[in-house]
Amino acid sequence: MNRVAYLLALTLTVLTAAFLAVPSFMSMLAGVTQVYARGIASGLTTDWIVEVWALYSGTVWRSLLIALATLIFTLLLGVPAAYSFVVRPTRLTRLIDEVMTLPLAIPGLAIALAMLQVYGGWSWLRQSSFFIIIGHVIFTLPFMVRAVAATLSAVDIKTLEEGAASLGAGPLQRFVDVVIPAAAPGILAGALMVVTLSIGEFNLTWMLHTPLTKTLPVGLADAYASMRLEVASAYTLVFFIMIIPLLVAMQMAAIAARRSSGVRP
Amino acid sequence: MKSRQLFALACLLPLGIILAAFFLIPLVRLFLIGGGGEAGFSRYFRVLTMPRYYEALASTTILSLAVTAATLLIGGIAGIFLARNRFPGHGLLVAILTFPLAFPGVVVGFMVIMLGGRLGIFGQMTLALLGERMVFAYSIIGLFVGYLYFSIPRVLLTVMGVAEKLDNQLIEAARSLGAGPFAVQRDIVLPALMPAFVAAGSICFATSMGAFGTAFTLAAKIDVLPMVIYNVFTESADMATAAALAVILGLCTWAVLALARLYGGTNVAAAG
Repeated sequence: MNRVAYLLALTLTVLTAAFLAVPSFMSMLAGVTQVYARGIASGLTTDWIVEVWALYSGTVWRSLLIALATLIFTLLLGVPAAYSFVVRPTRLTRLIDEVMTLPLAIPGLAIALAMLQVYGGWSWLRQSSFFIIIGHVIFTLPFMVRAVAATLSAVDIKTLEEGAASLGAGPLQRFVDVVIPAAAPGILAGALMVVTLSIGEFNLTWMLHTPLTKTLPVGLADAYASMRLEVASAYTLVFFIMIIPLLVAMQMAAIAARRSSGVRP
Repeated sequence: MKSRQLFALACLLPLGIILAAFFLIPLVRLFLIGGGGEAGFSRYFRVLTMPRYYEALASTTILSLAVTAATLLIGGIAGIFLARNRFPGHGLLVAILTFPLAFPGVVVGFMVIMLGGRLGIFGQMTLALLGERMVFAYSIIGLFVGYLYFSIPRVLLTVMGVAEKLDNQLIEAARSLGAGPFAVQRDIVLPALMPAFVAAGSICFATSMGAFGTAFTLAAKIDVLPMVIYNVFTESADMATAAALAVILGLCTWAVLALARLYGGTNVAAAG
């Protein structure tokens, strides 16, 4: 690439990064500024964060709990299914794969509407966080299964299993002692993805929540609509603080996976 | 051998049951509700002849197409550039450009308010430069900027992933045969990246069509289809119309992604 093209492309890239970074930075700043309209000159404060915590800490805990429950279900449902996809691909597994990835192609709003039509009348389910967890499981499952299946195909799990079988291990023992350790990097990558997506999920959750089952993004929408800019910003800051470690961990897991196996997760 | 088959089937069963109960059956029910009542399945055509709904579908489609074109251009250039050049600060740029991947649509909407709302930087800058505070967050420009915000990281990652694997020998060969930098981009780099562009573009378009959180936060005056569906559902409680519109929207996004996959790319969309 010649010099001018290089500089033009660099400028565009830096400007794009600024477009993405500046508003998040301004929002973080606004969350710790006394009066944002008067700028930092009005002084820095943690008052807004304290206020957010008093008003919305319940949503933070609920989101974490829902993410954890979602993770457990995606592990229980997804890891065995991924194994089945890789070891015994049949017409049935292809069909299930198609259906499983469908929630990625259909807007969350439509999926939530559909769930409400069938289960909206079951008041015990409708009123509990479990309804939201089900929605999150449907939405995040493909990420778990894809990540685990990719790892299992990369390590050639079939051959490993043959070895274990020839030594007399039964299916369940092979699954616990051979498949799960072999799938570990994929499980880790999938788990980080599932937790991050669950914590940030809004489209489904907004339709499925009740006033007693508000999650973090639902609370954020609430704050954006009704609170002053400083409070909304402080709340967003809390959200950033929650997801940044997850994103960093995801990066590190991806790098580690690439190093150890030479494949992309 | 028999026990192995049974075990593989048993591994599949729980996932199959959950998918059927909480996804497939509800989806079929939604489709039936959209075709129920007096209007029956003709409702699926009738809603599209009503100005409020076809205008929403049209404006959402046009907005999504514009966002896709702009994102492919920006994300494509930045993605190829970052994949083919290494310099100090490279890692930081990639981190910044992919960070918003984890933002829910509502947060993206708030980012647009921080940019172009009443207290936004754009307003402060125009106030200082032109003596007038300009606000764009709540217009169609705000929606466009917001959709661009959540689309760029996705396109960038897809393009970068493919561009990194590009065969350098092809480029060297073209150069040694006398091709200029522009010709190399046009004849080697872009054709090699075409599947990535198709995959990224289809994801970008489908996500924009279905995006709800950003429009919800901005409470924009423009009716995008997901907002219309939500309003029909909550305000008029006209379930059949809401269901029919949701099915139509779902079919649109699914069809775009399926077509792109037929063309050759693999794509996995994420929520917007």
